[in-house]
Amino acid sequence: MTAVNSSSRRVAVDVSNVSLTFNTTDGKVEALSDVSLQIAAGEFVSFIGPSGCGKTTMLRVIADLQQPTSGSLTVNGMTAEQARLARAYGYVFQAPALFPWRTIEANLKLPLQIMGYSEGDQSILAKRYLELVNLTGFERKFPWQLSGGMQQRVSIARALSFDPALLLMDEPFGALDEIVRDHLNEQMLKLWDKTGKTVLFVTHSIPEAVFLSSRIVVMSPRPGRIIDIIDCNFPRDRTVEIRETPEFLAIAQRVRTGLRAGHSYDE
Amino acid sequence: MWRQHALLQRFAPIVTVVAALVLIWYVAAVLMNLSLVRGGFEREEAPYTTMELLAGTMEAERPLLPAPHQVAVAFFDGVFGYAPNAPRSLVYHSAVTLSATLLGFMLGALLGVALALLIVHSRVLERSLLPWIICSQMVPILALAPIFIVVLGAIGLQGLLPKSLISAYLSFFPITIGMVKGFNAPEPMQLDLMRTWSATPRQVLTRVRWPTAMPYLFASLKVAITISLIGAIVAELPTGAEAGIGARLLAGSYYGQTVQIWAALVAAAVLASGLIALVGWAERAVGRRMGVRP
Repeated sequence: MTAVNSSSRRVAVDVSNVSLTFNTTDGKVEALSDVSLQIAAGEFVSFIGPSGCGKTTMLRVIADLQQPTSGSLTVNGMTAEQARLARAYGYVFQAPALFPWRTIEANLKLPLQIMGYSEGDQSILAKRYLELVNLTGFERKFPWQLSGGMQQRVSIARALSFDPALLLMDEPFGALDEIVRDHLNEQMLKLWDKTGKTVLFVTHSIPEAVFLSSRIVVMSPRPGRIIDIIDCNFPRDRTVEIRETPEFLAIAQRVRTGLRAGHSYDE
Repeated sequence: MWRQHALLQRFAPIVTVVAALVLIWYVAAVLMNLSLVRGGFEREEAPYTTMELLAGTMEAERPLLPAPHQVAVAFFDGVFGYAPNAPRSLVYHSAVTLSATLLGFMLGALLGVALALLIVHSRVLERSLLPWIICSQMVPILALAPIFIVVLGAIGLQGLLPKSLISAYLSFFPITIGMVKGFNAPEPMQLDLMRTWSATPRQVLTRVRWPTAMPYLFASLKVAITISLIGAIVAELPTGAEAGIGARLLAGSYYGQTVQIWAALVAAAVLASGLIALVGWAERAVGRRMGVRP
Protein backbone atom coordinates (compact mmCIF):
# COMPACT_ATOMS: atom_id res chain seq x y z
CA MET A 1 0.00 0.00 0.00
CA THR A 2 3.01 2.31 0.01
CA ALA A 3 3.72 4.69 -2.80
CA VAL A 4 5.60 3.29 -5.75
CA ASN A 5 8.43 5.74 -5.53
CA SER A 6 8.32 6.68 -1.86
CA SER A 7 11.74 5.19 -1.34
CA SER A 8 13.35 7.53 -3.82
CA ARG A 9 11.53 10.70 -2.72
CA ARG A 10 10.87 12.43 0.58
CA VAL A 11 7.64 11.38 2.29
CA ALA A 12 5.31 14.37 2.61
CA VAL A 13 2.41 12.71 4.38
CA ASP A 14 2.54 9.42 6.22
CA VAL A 15 -0.73 8.05 7.54
CA SER A 16 -0.64 4.77 9.41
CA ASN A 17 -3.59 2.86 10.84
CA VAL A 18 -5.63 5.97 11.43
CA SER A 19 -9.18 5.53 12.67
CA LEU A 20 -11.67 8.19 13.63
CA THR A 21 -15.04 7.62 15.25
CA PHE A 22 -17.59 10.40 15.66
CA ASN A 23 -20.00 10.29 18.56
CA THR A 24 -23.24 11.59 17.11
CA THR A 25 -26.74 11.63 18.56
CA ASP A 26 -27.50 8.59 16.38
CA GLY A 27 -24.63 6.67 17.91
CA LYS A 28 -21.08 6.10 16.74
CA VAL A 29 -20.08 6.73 13.15
CA GLU A 30 -16.81 5.29 11.92
CA ALA A 31 -15.59 8.02 9.59
CA LEU A 32 -12.17 6.46 9.06
CA SER A 33 -11.32 2.84 9.70
CA ASP A 34 -7.67 1.77 9.87
CA VAL A 35 -6.47 3.92 6.98
CA SER A 36 -2.80 3.79 5.93
CA LEU A 37 -1.24 5.79 3.13
CA GLN A 38 2.08 7.31 2.20
CA ILE A 39 2.35 10.32 -0.06
CA ALA A 40 5.68 11.41 -1.51
CA ALA A 41 6.62 15.05 -1.97
CA GLY A 42 5.49 16.44 -5.31
CA GLU A 43 2.66 13.95 -5.82
CA PHE A 44 -0.86 14.93 -6.85
CA VAL A 45 -3.13 12.55 -5.00
CA SER A 46 -6.90 12.54 -5.45
CA PHE A 47 -9.33 11.08 -2.96
CA ILE A 48 -12.54 9.93 -4.55
CA GLY A 49 -15.61 8.25 -3.16
CA PRO A 50 -19.29 8.77 -2.37
CA SER A 51 -20.45 11.14 0.35
CA GLY A 52 -19.64 9.94 3.84
CA CYS A 53 -16.64 7.86 2.80
CA GLY A 54 -14.35 9.94 4.99
CA LYS A 55 -12.33 11.68 2.28
CA THR A 56 -12.95 15.14 3.73
CA THR A 57 -12.33 13.79 7.24
CA MET A 58 -9.04 12.37 5.98
CA LEU A 59 -7.99 15.82 4.78
CA ARG A 60 -9.12 17.44 8.02
CA VAL A 61 -7.14 14.93 10.07
CA ILE A 62 -4.02 15.66 8.03
CA ALA A 63 -4.69 19.39 8.54
CA ASP A 64 -5.10 18.91 12.31
CA LEU A 65 -8.62 20.29 12.13
CA GLN A 66 -9.75 16.96 13.57
CA GLN A 67 -7.92 14.49 15.80
CA PRO A 68 -7.87 10.77 14.99
CA THR A 69 -9.22 8.36 17.56
CA SER A 70 -6.27 6.04 17.01
CA GLY A 71 -3.29 5.60 14.71
CA SER A 72 -0.54 8.04 13.87
CA LEU A 73 0.38 10.38 11.09
CA THR A 74 3.22 12.66 10.17
CA VAL A 75 3.22 15.66 7.85
CA ASN A 76 6.66 16.66 6.56
CA GLY A 77 8.12 14.53 9.31
CA MET A 78 6.22 16.38 12.05
CA THR A 79 3.01 15.60 13.89
CA ALA A 80 -0.11 17.10 12.32
CA GLU A 81 -0.28 19.74 15.04
CA GLN A 82 3.36 20.74 14.65
CA ALA A 83 2.85 20.93 10.90
CA ARG A 84 -0.16 23.19 11.35
CA LEU A 85 1.69 25.44 13.77
CA ALA A 86 4.58 25.56 11.30
CA ARG A 87 2.10 26.58 8.58
CA ALA A 88 3.16 23.64 6.47
CA TYR A 89 0.05 23.51 4.29
CA GLY A 90 -2.51 25.65 2.50
CA TYR A 91 -6.14 24.56 2.72
CA VAL A 92 -8.80 25.22 0.09
CA PHE A 93 -12.41 24.54 1.04
CA GLN A 94 -15.34 23.65 -1.17
CA ALA A 95 -16.64 27.20 -0.81
CA PRO A 96 -14.23 30.09 -1.43
CA ALA A 97 -14.63 31.21 2.24
CA LEU A 98 -13.46 34.72 1.41
CA PHE A 99 -13.98 37.40 4.02
CA PRO A 100 -16.71 39.61 2.54
CA TRP A 101 -15.56 42.82 4.22
CA ARG A 102 -12.08 42.58 2.71
CA THR A 103 -11.10 43.44 -0.83
CA ILE A 104 -9.62 40.69 -2.96
CA GLU A 105 -6.15 41.99 -2.24
CA ALA A 106 -6.85 42.24 1.49
CA ASN A 107 -8.22 38.69 1.44
CA LEU A 108 -4.99 37.47 -0.09
CA LYS A 109 -2.99 39.39 2.47
CA LEU A 110 -4.86 38.01 5.49
CA PRO A 111 -2.76 34.86 6.04
CA LEU A 112 0.36 36.92 5.38
CA GLN A 113 -0.68 39.49 7.97
CA ILE A 114 -1.39 36.74 10.48
CA MET A 115 1.99 35.19 9.82
CA GLY A 116 3.73 38.52 10.31
CA TYR A 117 5.00 39.26 6.79
CA SER A 118 6.13 42.84 6.24
CA GLU A 119 3.82 45.25 4.42
CA GLY A 120 6.13 45.25 1.42
CA ASP A 121 6.25 41.45 1.16
CA GLN A 122 2.47 41.26 1.53
CA SER A 123 2.00 43.53 -1.48
CA ILE A 124 4.55 41.70 -3.59
CA LEU A 125 3.10 38.26 -2.77
CA ALA A 126 -0.51 39.39 -3.26
CA LYS A 127 0.39 40.78 -6.66
CA ARG A 128 2.35 37.68 -7.66
CA TYR A 129 -0.33 35.16 -6.70
CA LEU A 130 -3.20 37.16 -8.16
CA GLU A 131 -1.23 37.13 -11.39
CA LEU A 132 -0.74 33.38 -11.06
CA VAL A 133 -4.53 32.80 -11.03
CA ASN A 134 -5.11 35.44 -13.73
CA LEU A 135 -6.90 37.95 -11.52
CA THR A 136 -4.66 40.98 -11.89
CA GLY A 137 -6.82 44.09 -11.88
CA PHE A 138 -9.33 42.79 -9.33
CA GLU A 139 -7.34 43.91 -6.26
CA ARG A 140 -9.80 46.57 -5.15
CA LYS A 141 -12.96 44.55 -5.78
CA PHE A 142 -14.97 42.98 -3.01
CA PRO A 143 -15.76 39.24 -3.16
CA TRP A 144 -19.41 39.68 -4.13
CA GLN A 145 -18.30 41.50 -7.27
CA LEU A 146 -16.58 38.33 -8.55
CA SER A 147 -18.08 35.18 -10.05
CA GLY A 148 -17.93 31.88 -8.15
CA GLY A 149 -15.05 30.59 -10.27
CA MET A 150 -13.06 33.77 -9.74
CA GLN A 151 -13.69 33.65 -5.99
CA GLN A 152 -12.43 30.08 -5.87
CA ARG A 153 -9.29 31.13 -7.76
CA VAL A 154 -8.74 33.83 -5.13
CA SER A 155 -9.00 31.23 -2.39
CA ILE A 156 -6.46 29.04 -4.21
CA ALA A 157 -4.11 32.01 -4.59
CA ARG A 158 -4.60 32.71 -0.89
CA ALA A 159 -3.67 29.14 0.02
CA LEU A 160 -0.54 29.39 -2.12
CA SER A 161 0.47 32.89 -1.04
CA PHE A 162 2.67 31.86 1.87
CA ASP A 163 4.29 29.14 -0.25
CA PRO A 164 3.40 26.00 1.72
CA ALA A 165 4.91 22.80 0.35
CA LEU A 166 1.62 20.99 0.78
CA LEU A 167 -1.78 21.93 -0.65
CA LEU A 168 -4.94 20.37 0.78
CA MET A 169 -7.99 20.87 -1.43
CA ASP A 170 -11.46 19.76 -0.38
CA GLU A 171 -13.64 19.60 -3.50
CA PRO A 172 -12.48 23.06 -4.55
CA PHE A 173 -14.36 22.96 -7.85
CA GLY A 174 -17.40 21.02 -6.63
CA ALA A 175 -19.77 23.98 -6.75
CA LEU A 176 -18.72 25.21 -10.20
CA ASP A 177 -20.19 24.44 -13.59
CA GLU A 178 -18.57 21.99 -16.01
CA ILE A 179 -16.93 24.58 -18.29
CA VAL A 180 -15.38 26.64 -15.51
CA ARG A 181 -14.31 23.43 -13.88
CA ASP A 182 -12.47 22.16 -16.96
CA HIS A 183 -10.74 25.47 -17.26
CA LEU A 184 -9.67 25.51 -13.61
CA ASN A 185 -8.54 21.87 -13.88
CA GLU A 186 -6.12 22.84 -16.61
CA GLN A 187 -4.91 25.83 -14.64
CA MET A 188 -4.52 23.66 -11.56
CA LEU A 189 -2.36 21.24 -13.49
CA LYS A 190 -0.11 24.02 -14.78
CA LEU A 191 0.17 25.37 -11.27
CA TRP A 192 1.19 21.99 -9.91
CA ASP A 193 3.73 21.59 -12.68
CA LYS A 194 5.14 25.07 -12.09
CA THR A 195 5.32 24.98 -8.30
CA GLY A 196 6.12 21.32 -7.69
CA LYS A 197 3.86 21.24 -4.63
CA THR A 198 2.37 18.17 -3.06
CA VAL A 199 -1.38 18.27 -3.63
CA LEU A 200 -4.05 16.30 -1.80
CA PHE A 201 -7.28 16.72 -3.68
CA VAL A 202 -10.77 15.54 -2.67
CA THR A 203 -13.30 15.16 -5.44
CA HIS A 204 -16.57 13.57 -6.47
CA SER A 205 -15.72 13.54 -10.13
CA ILE A 206 -14.01 10.60 -11.82
CA PRO A 207 -12.79 12.56 -14.90
CA GLU A 208 -11.41 15.28 -12.65
CA ALA A 209 -9.55 12.75 -10.51
CA VAL A 210 -8.09 10.86 -13.47
CA PHE A 211 -7.18 14.03 -15.31
CA LEU A 212 -5.38 15.74 -12.43
CA SER A 213 -3.76 13.03 -10.37
CA SER A 214 -0.58 11.11 -10.25
CA ARG A 215 -2.37 8.74 -7.89
CA ILE A 216 -6.03 8.11 -7.12
CA VAL A 217 -7.21 6.85 -3.77
CA VAL A 218 -10.65 5.24 -4.00
CA MET A 219 -12.60 5.23 -0.74
CA SER A 220 -15.86 3.72 0.41
CA PRO A 221 -18.22 4.62 3.24
CA ARG A 222 -19.39 3.09 6.51
CA PRO A 223 -16.77 2.58 7.69
CA GLY A 224 -14.62 4.99 5.68
CA ARG A 225 -11.68 3.09 4.24
CA ILE A 226 -9.38 2.85 1.24
CA ILE A 227 -10.42 0.20 -1.26
CA ASP A 228 -8.06 0.90 -4.14
CA ILE A 229 -5.04 3.02 -5.01
CA ILE A 230 -4.47 3.60 -8.70
CA ASP A 231 -1.32 4.98 -10.30
CA CYS A 232 -2.06 7.42 -13.02
CA ASN A 233 0.98 8.88 -14.69
CA PHE A 234 0.01 10.90 -17.71
CA PRO A 235 2.60 13.39 -18.93
CA ARG A 236 2.59 16.59 -16.89
CA ASP A 237 1.71 18.78 -19.86
CA ARG A 238 -1.52 16.90 -20.58
CA THR A 239 -4.60 18.72 -21.88
CA VAL A 240 -8.29 17.91 -21.56
CA GLU A 241 -8.09 16.05 -24.89
CA ILE A 242 -6.48 13.04 -23.18
CA ARG A 243 -9.88 12.27 -21.74
CA GLU A 244 -10.73 10.59 -25.03
CA THR A 245 -7.69 8.28 -25.01
CA PRO A 246 -8.08 4.57 -24.18
CA GLU A 247 -5.54 4.83 -21.34
CA PHE A 248 -7.58 7.53 -19.68
CA LEU A 249 -10.83 5.60 -20.10
CA ALA A 250 -9.23 2.44 -18.74
CA ILE A 251 -8.22 4.19 -15.53
CA ALA A 252 -11.61 5.88 -15.25
CA GLN A 253 -13.19 2.45 -15.63
CA ARG A 254 -11.04 1.02 -12.83
CA VAL A 255 -12.00 3.92 -10.54
CA ARG A 256 -15.66 3.37 -11.34
CA THR A 257 -15.38 -0.35 -10.62
CA GLY A 258 -13.77 0.43 -7.29
CA LEU A 259 -16.52 2.88 -6.37
CA ARG A 260 -19.18 0.32 -7.27
CA ALA A 261 -17.51 -2.37 -5.22
CA GLY A 262 -17.48 -0.01 -2.26
CA HIS A 263 -21.13 0.74 -2.71
CA SER A 264 -22.25 -2.89 -2.90
CA TYR A 265 -21.71 -3.22 0.86
CA ASP A 266 -24.69 -0.96 1.39
CA GLU A 267 -27.28 -2.15 -1.01
CA MET B 1 -39.44 67.69 -13.39
CA TRP B 2 -38.51 64.06 -12.74
CA ARG B 3 -36.67 65.24 -9.66
CA GLN B 4 -39.82 66.61 -8.07
CA HIS B 5 -41.50 63.40 -8.99
CA ALA B 6 -38.84 61.40 -7.16
CA LEU B 7 -39.22 63.62 -4.09
CA LEU B 8 -42.96 63.20 -4.23
CA GLN B 9 -42.57 59.46 -4.45
CA ARG B 10 -40.28 59.44 -1.46
CA PHE B 11 -42.21 61.74 0.84
CA ALA B 12 -45.83 61.22 -0.18
CA PRO B 13 -46.33 58.13 2.01
CA ILE B 14 -44.79 59.82 5.05
CA VAL B 15 -46.83 63.00 4.59
CA THR B 16 -50.01 60.98 4.18
CA VAL B 17 -49.46 59.07 7.40
CA VAL B 18 -48.56 62.23 9.34
CA ALA B 19 -51.63 64.04 7.99
CA ALA B 20 -53.88 61.15 9.01
CA LEU B 21 -52.37 61.09 12.51
CA VAL B 22 -52.78 64.85 12.93
CA LEU B 23 -56.41 64.58 11.84
CA ILE B 24 -57.08 61.81 14.37
CA TRP B 25 -55.31 63.89 16.99
CA TYR B 26 -57.54 66.91 16.31
CA VAL B 27 -60.69 64.82 16.53
CA ALA B 28 -59.47 63.28 19.77
CA ALA B 29 -58.63 66.74 21.16
CA VAL B 30 -62.14 67.95 20.48
CA LEU B 31 -63.75 64.89 22.03
CA MET B 32 -61.55 64.87 25.13
CA ASN B 33 -61.64 68.57 25.90
CA LEU B 34 -65.32 69.07 25.16
CA SER B 35 -66.72 68.47 28.64
CA LEU B 36 -63.90 70.50 30.17
CA VAL B 37 -64.68 73.53 28.02
CA ARG B 38 -68.43 73.10 28.42
CA GLY B 39 -67.92 72.98 32.19
CA GLY B 40 -66.02 76.25 32.00
CA PHE B 41 -68.80 78.01 30.10
CA GLU B 42 -71.46 76.66 32.43
CA ARG B 43 -69.59 77.80 35.55
CA GLU B 44 -69.54 81.32 34.18
CA GLU B 45 -73.21 80.92 33.21
CA ALA B 46 -72.37 82.53 29.92
CA PRO B 47 -74.26 81.64 26.74
CA TYR B 48 -72.16 79.82 24.18
CA THR B 49 -72.49 78.54 20.64
CA THR B 50 -71.27 75.27 19.26
CA MET B 51 -68.58 77.13 17.32
CA GLU B 52 -67.33 78.76 20.51
CA LEU B 53 -67.31 75.40 22.21
CA LEU B 54 -65.27 73.88 19.40
CA ALA B 55 -62.88 76.82 19.35
CA GLY B 56 -62.50 76.42 23.11
CA THR B 57 -61.32 72.84 22.76
CA MET B 58 -58.54 74.10 20.51
CA GLU B 59 -57.13 76.68 22.88
CA ALA B 60 -57.75 75.51 26.42
CA GLU B 61 -55.03 76.52 28.82
CA ARG B 62 -54.81 73.16 30.55
CA PRO B 63 -56.48 70.77 28.13
CA LEU B 64 -56.70 67.04 28.74
CA LEU B 65 -55.25 66.62 25.29
CA PRO B 66 -53.67 69.68 23.71
CA ALA B 67 -54.36 70.23 20.03
CA PRO B 68 -51.42 69.64 17.68
CA HIS B 69 -50.94 73.34 16.94
CA GLN B 70 -50.77 74.13 20.65
CA VAL B 71 -48.01 71.58 21.06
CA ALA B 72 -46.25 72.85 17.96
CA VAL B 73 -46.38 76.45 19.20
CA ALA B 74 -45.16 75.46 22.67
CA PHE B 75 -42.37 73.37 21.10
CA PHE B 76 -41.14 76.08 18.75
CA ASP B 77 -41.49 78.67 21.46
CA GLY B 78 -39.47 76.45 23.80
CA VAL B 79 -36.79 75.89 21.17
CA PHE B 80 -36.50 79.32 19.59
CA GLY B 81 -38.26 81.65 22.05
CA TYR B 82 -35.58 81.68 24.72
CA ALA B 83 -31.83 81.91 24.94
CA PRO B 84 -30.40 78.37 24.73
CA ASN B 85 -29.30 78.52 28.37
CA ALA B 86 -32.56 79.92 29.77
CA PRO B 87 -34.40 77.65 32.25
CA ARG B 88 -37.51 77.69 30.03
CA SER B 89 -35.63 76.77 26.88
CA LEU B 90 -36.22 73.28 25.54
CA VAL B 91 -32.76 73.42 23.97
CA TYR B 92 -31.30 73.80 27.45
CA HIS B 93 -33.27 70.89 28.88
CA SER B 94 -32.57 68.71 25.83
CA ALA B 95 -28.86 69.40 26.14
CA VAL B 96 -28.89 68.37 29.79
CA THR B 97 -30.65 65.10 28.97
CA LEU B 98 -28.53 64.56 25.87
CA SER B 99 -25.28 64.78 27.79
CA ALA B 100 -26.48 62.17 30.28
CA THR B 101 -27.76 60.04 27.40
CA LEU B 102 -24.52 60.12 25.45
CA LEU B 103 -22.32 59.43 28.47
CA GLY B 104 -24.63 56.60 29.52
CA PHE B 105 -24.72 55.23 26.00
CA MET B 106 -20.94 55.20 25.76
CA LEU B 107 -20.56 53.51 29.14
CA GLY B 108 -23.31 51.04 28.22
CA ALA B 109 -21.73 50.25 24.86
CA LEU B 110 -18.31 49.63 26.42
CA LEU B 111 -19.78 47.50 29.19
CA GLY B 112 -22.01 45.65 26.73
CA VAL B 113 -19.16 44.76 24.37
CA ALA B 114 -16.86 43.84 27.26
CA LEU B 115 -19.44 41.47 28.75
CA ALA B 116 -20.06 39.92 25.35
CA LEU B 117 -16.33 39.30 24.95
CA LEU B 118 -16.14 37.62 28.34
CA ILE B 119 -19.17 35.48 27.59
CA VAL B 120 -17.93 34.42 24.15
CA HIS B 121 -14.50 33.47 25.46
CA SER B 122 -15.52 31.50 28.49
CA ARG B 123 -18.21 28.92 28.90
CA VAL B 124 -17.96 29.32 32.68
CA LEU B 125 -18.55 33.04 32.47
CA GLU B 126 -21.45 32.49 30.10
CA ARG B 127 -23.12 30.27 32.69
CA SER B 128 -22.33 32.55 35.61
CA LEU B 129 -22.88 35.97 34.03
CA LEU B 130 -25.79 35.56 31.67
CA PRO B 131 -28.49 34.81 34.26
CA TRP B 132 -27.50 37.91 36.24
CA ILE B 133 -27.49 40.03 33.13
CA ILE B 134 -30.98 38.91 32.27
CA CYS B 135 -32.13 39.37 35.89
CA SER B 136 -30.81 42.92 35.84
CA GLN B 137 -33.30 43.81 33.16
CA MET B 138 -36.31 42.24 34.87
CA VAL B 139 -36.42 44.80 37.67
CA PRO B 140 -38.42 47.85 36.60
CA ILE B 141 -36.08 50.79 36.22
CA LEU B 142 -38.63 53.11 37.81
CA ALA B 143 -38.16 51.18 41.04
CA LEU B 144 -34.42 50.99 40.73
CA ALA B 145 -33.68 54.56 39.72
CA PRO B 146 -34.42 56.20 43.10
CA ILE B 147 -32.25 53.59 44.86
CA PHE B 148 -29.41 54.29 42.45
CA ILE B 149 -29.72 58.02 42.98
CA VAL B 150 -29.86 57.76 46.76
CA VAL B 151 -26.98 55.29 47.04
CA LEU B 152 -24.78 57.21 44.63
CA GLY B 153 -25.74 60.48 46.30
CA ALA B 154 -24.63 59.04 49.65
CA ILE B 155 -21.14 58.45 48.26
CA GLY B 156 -21.04 61.94 46.86
CA LEU B 157 -22.02 61.31 43.24
CA GLN B 158 -24.55 63.77 41.94
CA GLY B 159 -25.71 65.35 38.71
CA LEU B 160 -24.60 63.87 35.41
CA LEU B 161 -22.96 60.64 36.51
CA PRO B 162 -25.86 58.95 38.39
CA LYS B 163 -28.16 59.67 35.45
CA SER B 164 -25.61 58.27 33.02
CA LEU B 165 -25.19 55.15 35.13
CA ILE B 166 -28.92 54.45 35.03
CA SER B 167 -28.84 55.05 31.31
CA ALA B 168 -25.87 52.69 30.93
CA TYR B 169 -27.58 50.11 33.15
CA LEU B 170 -30.40 49.91 30.63
CA SER B 171 -28.45 50.22 27.40
CA PHE B 172 -25.68 47.66 27.89
CA PHE B 173 -28.17 44.81 27.71
CA PRO B 174 -29.15 44.82 24.01
CA ILE B 175 -25.50 45.33 23.13
CA THR B 176 -24.35 42.33 25.16
CA ILE B 177 -27.04 40.10 23.68
CA GLY B 178 -26.39 41.37 20.14
CA MET B 179 -22.63 41.08 20.35
CA VAL B 180 -22.65 37.57 21.84
CA LYS B 181 -24.60 36.60 18.76
CA GLY B 182 -22.33 38.65 16.51
CA PHE B 183 -19.06 37.30 17.88
CA ASN B 184 -20.38 33.79 17.31
CA ALA B 185 -21.57 34.56 13.78
CA PRO B 186 -18.44 33.70 11.72
CA GLU B 187 -18.86 30.66 9.51
CA PRO B 188 -17.12 27.50 10.77
CA MET B 189 -15.13 27.48 7.54
CA GLN B 190 -13.71 30.94 8.23
CA LEU B 191 -12.68 29.84 11.71
CA ASP B 192 -11.16 26.64 10.30
CA LEU B 193 -9.15 28.75 7.88
CA MET B 194 -7.79 30.86 10.72
CA ARG B 195 -6.83 27.62 12.46
CA THR B 196 -4.94 26.33 9.42
CA TRP B 197 -2.93 29.56 9.54
CA SER B 198 -2.46 28.94 13.29
CA ALA B 199 -3.83 32.36 14.13
CA THR B 200 -3.85 33.43 17.77
CA PRO B 201 -7.22 33.87 19.56
CA ARG B 202 -6.55 37.59 19.51
CA GLN B 203 -6.10 37.57 15.74
CA VAL B 204 -9.28 35.54 15.34
CA LEU B 205 -11.08 38.16 17.40
CA THR B 206 -9.79 41.23 15.60
CA ARG B 207 -9.68 39.83 12.06
CA VAL B 208 -12.81 37.67 11.98
CA ARG B 209 -15.13 37.86 14.96
CA TRP B 210 -15.11 41.65 15.30
CA PRO B 211 -15.80 42.47 11.61
CA THR B 212 -18.45 39.74 11.43
CA ALA B 213 -20.19 41.26 14.45
CA MET B 214 -20.46 44.75 12.91
CA PRO B 215 -24.04 44.46 11.61
CA TYR B 216 -25.09 43.04 14.99
CA LEU B 217 -23.31 45.90 16.74
CA PHE B 218 -25.18 48.58 14.83
CA ALA B 219 -28.54 46.88 15.19
CA SER B 220 -28.06 46.74 18.95
CA LEU B 221 -26.64 50.28 19.12
CA LYS B 222 -29.85 51.59 17.57
CA VAL B 223 -31.90 49.88 20.26
CA ALA B 224 -29.46 50.90 22.96
CA ILE B 225 -29.34 54.59 22.15
CA THR B 226 -33.09 55.05 22.44
CA ILE B 227 -33.06 53.07 25.68
CA SER B 228 -30.24 55.32 26.89
CA LEU B 229 -32.46 58.33 26.31
CA ILE B 230 -35.33 56.74 28.18
CA GLY B 231 -32.95 55.85 31.00
CA ALA B 232 -31.71 59.42 31.27
CA ILE B 233 -35.25 60.82 31.32
CA VAL B 234 -36.41 58.30 33.92
CA ALA B 235 -33.36 59.13 36.03
CA GLU B 236 -34.42 62.78 36.05
CA LEU B 237 -37.79 61.98 37.60
CA PRO B 238 -37.00 60.79 41.16
CA THR B 239 -34.30 63.40 41.75
CA GLY B 240 -36.74 66.21 41.21
CA ALA B 241 -34.03 67.37 38.90
CA GLU B 242 -34.22 70.99 37.99
CA ALA B 243 -33.08 70.49 34.46
CA GLY B 244 -33.62 67.97 31.71
CA ILE B 245 -36.53 66.66 29.69
CA GLY B 246 -37.55 64.45 32.61
CA ALA B 247 -37.65 67.49 34.88
CA ARG B 248 -39.84 69.30 32.35
CA LEU B 249 -42.24 66.35 32.27
CA LEU B 250 -42.37 66.24 36.07
CA ALA B 251 -42.89 69.98 36.46
CA GLY B 252 -45.58 69.89 33.77
CA SER B 253 -47.50 67.18 35.55
CA TYR B 254 -47.20 68.95 38.95
CA TYR B 255 -48.85 72.04 37.60
CA GLY B 256 -51.18 70.39 35.09
CA GLN B 257 -49.33 72.04 32.22
CA THR B 258 -50.25 69.43 29.65
CA VAL B 259 -49.02 71.54 26.75
CA GLN B 260 -45.60 71.73 28.38
CA ILE B 261 -45.55 67.95 28.89
CA TRP B 262 -46.37 67.39 25.26
CA ALA B 263 -43.78 69.86 24.07
CA ALA B 264 -41.17 68.05 26.19
CA LEU B 265 -42.32 64.73 24.71
CA VAL B 266 -41.87 66.12 21.21
CA ALA B 267 -38.40 67.29 22.18
CA ALA B 268 -37.59 63.76 23.41
CA ALA B 269 -38.91 62.28 20.16
CA VAL B 270 -36.85 64.68 18.06
CA LEU B 271 -33.79 63.86 20.15
CA ALA B 272 -34.38 60.11 19.76
CA SER B 273 -34.79 60.28 16.00
CA GLY B 274 -31.67 62.41 15.74
CA LEU B 275 -29.69 59.88 17.76
CA ILE B 276 -30.94 56.94 15.71
CA ALA B 277 -30.14 58.83 12.52
CA LEU B 278 -26.64 59.38 13.86
CA VAL B 279 -26.13 55.67 14.50
CA GLY B 280 -27.59 54.91 11.07
CA TRP B 281 -25.17 57.32 9.47
CA ALA B 282 -22.22 55.71 11.28
CA GLU B 283 -23.50 52.31 10.16
CA ARG B 284 -23.55 53.37 6.51
CA ALA B 285 -20.09 54.92 6.78
CA VAL B 286 -18.66 51.71 8.26
CA GLY B 287 -20.62 49.64 5.74
CA ARG B 288 -19.09 51.52 2.83
CA ARG B 289 -15.61 50.87 4.15
CA MET B 290 -16.41 47.20 4.62
CA GLY B 291 -17.68 46.80 1.07
CA VAL B 292 -21.29 46.13 1.97
CA ARG B 293 -23.30 45.35 -1.13
CA PRO B 294 -25.27 48.49 -1.99
